[in-house]
Amino acid sequence: MAVEANGGRPWNLRESYLFDRVTIAEIQRAAREGIYDIRGFGAKRPLPHFDDLLFLGASISRYPLEGYRERCATDVVLGTRFARKPLELKIPVTIAGMSFGALSAPAKEALGRGATEVGTSTTTGDGGMTDEEREHSETLVYQLLPSRYGMSPDDLRRADAIEVVVGQGAKPGGGGMLLGHKISDRVAEMRDLPKGIDQRSASRHPDWTGPDDLEIKIHELREITDWEKPVFVKVGATRTYYDVQLAVKAGADVIVVDGMQGGTAATQDVFIEHVGIPTLPAVRLAVDALTELGMHRQVQLIVSGGIRSGADVAKALALGADAVSIGTAALIAMGDNSPEYEDAYRRIGSSAGYYDDWQAGRDPVGISTQDDELAARFDPVVGGRKIANYLRVLTLETQTLARACGKSHVHNLEPEDLVALTVEAAAMARVPLAGTSWVPGWEQP
Amino acid sequence: MSALAADREEAAVEIVDLATTPLRELNQRLHDLSRAPGPAHWRVLNPNGAHAVAAGIDADVEVEIDGHVGYYCAGMNKRATVRVHGNASTGLAENMMSGLVVVDGNASQSAGATGRGGLLVVRGDASARCGISMKGVDIVVQGSVGHMSAFMAQTGCLVVCGDAGEALGDSIYEARLYVRGSVASLGADCVEKELREEHAAQLRGLLEAAGVDADPAEFRRYGSARQLYNFRIDNAGAY
Repeated sequence: MAVEANGGRPWNLRESYLFDRVTIAEIQRAAREGIYDIRGFGAKRPLPHFDDLLFLGASISRYPLEGYRERCATDVVLGTRFARKPLELKIPVTIAGMSFGALSAPAKEALGRGATEVGTSTTTGDGGMTDEEREHSETLVYQLLPSRYGMSPDDLRRADAIEVVVGQGAKPGGGGMLLGHKISDRVAEMRDLPKGIDQRSASRHPDWTGPDDLEIKIHELREITDWEKPVFVKVGATRTYYDVQLAVKAGADVIVVDGMQGGTAATQDVFIEHVGIPTLPAVRLAVDALTELGMHRQVQLIVSGGIRSGADVAKALALGADAVSIGTAALIAMGDNSPEYEDAYRRIGSSAGYYDDWQAGRDPVGISTQDDELAARFDPVVGGRKIANYLRVLTLETQTLARACGKSHVHNLEPEDLVALTVEAAAMARVPLAGTSWVPGWEQP
Repeated sequence: MSALAADREEAAVEIVDLATTPLRELNQRLHDLSRAPGPAHWRVLNPNGAHAVAAGIDADVEVEIDGHVGYYCAGMNKRATVRVHGNASTGLAENMMSGLVVVDGNASQSAGATGRGGLLVVRGDASARCGISMKGVDIVVQGSVGHMSAFMAQTGCLVVCGDAGEALGDSIYEARLYVRGSVASLGADCVEKELREEHAAQLRGLLEAAGVDADPAEFRRYGSARQLYNFRIDNAGAY
């Protein structure tokens, strides 16, 4: 019995905490291959997250709303500050930007189909807009990234909103790389580059630097689109308080803050695991920044990075977000890492539940690939249905928690509805440790 | 020209004075030309450094701007001819798709950034990062260009009749660079290449299109060594 508890090894064998088997394998891989580990997915290390918060359901001092009966609204309007045509979404969960190139065309189509079915938006990515995703996405956000791959004023005008991407949670301060083996003829043509070469996405925009320039850039985008489209600004969570304030002052309609758990198609592991701050403190910092400027709810806040369930959605909203965005969870909902493909994963040296080689283009599910044969395995209609189902579940779960707290709109959730399970989470989210009135690092005025 | 003919020509030019007309109104009227016919010639007075002047046009129209313009003049231009009788600030004709943009004076940073088509001509000098990430646009600079010009340039041509600053063509892909004067230094993976007759012919055509009187034989050609196209650890020192 005791031997089994040590993984079948005698108790006198002790694994190093510092040099555990994962670390040993990585050191030996680096020595063998001479290149750092590039992978997809998001941070895998344990981090303070929404799991460390709990809701205080209603009882005597608050009364709840009846589940399945009393109305609990979920609609959200994004871009009310300057845009002539703000986005009106039915649910506060959107699909994050993921590129055609990183994802197959059928996968992008499925995201659009699913989002449209439940009345929310999806987002393009680094590499431009495809006709398929425009056709199947009722509400499509068009990203303006440093690479400007495929950037076109026609696509700007046929988009429903514009997202200026400054950074993303998986790699704030980093550019991107679409490795050569994922560059198909179509991807190459869209990006104006030869087939088969590594495509570097720059870390800075080519024609603006800093907040003063950003303000002028946003003004140009508004002029080109006749002030019709909401302009989002997306930042990876680092110096979130200042970044959000600067983005607001630059004229953003909507701020997107992506925590370090946010996914990526291809980034160095060292970047994913060691740069940025978790989503939990980022939400609070962003809300603080907006509140101080008197712009909370005037400039909408979208939070992303590790959203998995309605509980995560509800907690983000309670902390002050207007909506959340999902990326990794959307891919998983469509079948990524499904045990159904275990044999196929094993053949490429991975396993269901562990697969993160989204950069490699060998995805057996047909999502993160440009291989026609693999992509053909993925049915965009079925994938779209799965996305819609998943978004509905997220929404229902969010409503369930909101009703339990007595809220007739999910936006009525508030920090006062939350307590923290750990000191770290209490300090980061600035809600009291459960059973106490203690908010570490904060003194009541 | 008779007085009557002069009057007719004057009438054919739509004059917009930005001292009295909001920029928004000018750009909206220019954008409306993609949906309904309107004046073919426009003259913009008193730009006074305004940003995004004539940005986002998608029409066969000629716009002359009398004075200096701010950032992103003629940004994302399609089909239109935009002439600036003055200097232009950052991001001149950024991401232009087609058409012709001509600046009589100097251009600030990132002129022609990410441009995907058309021709950009700068009669004076262009500052740093001219042609950064260019994707098919042709750029002719009659003067010199600053550092990091043609950084990550993908396709298209950058012609520099004067000198080029440091790190020209750093991380360049398939763009062609022609420089008549000195090059302070070449960036990573950018090398001098033989200027063959096919290149001289291309260069001659670009110079003619830009209205520049120069002999292609006086230029040198630079482009990608294509050594950094796929990551190899042995190249780490080059980055």
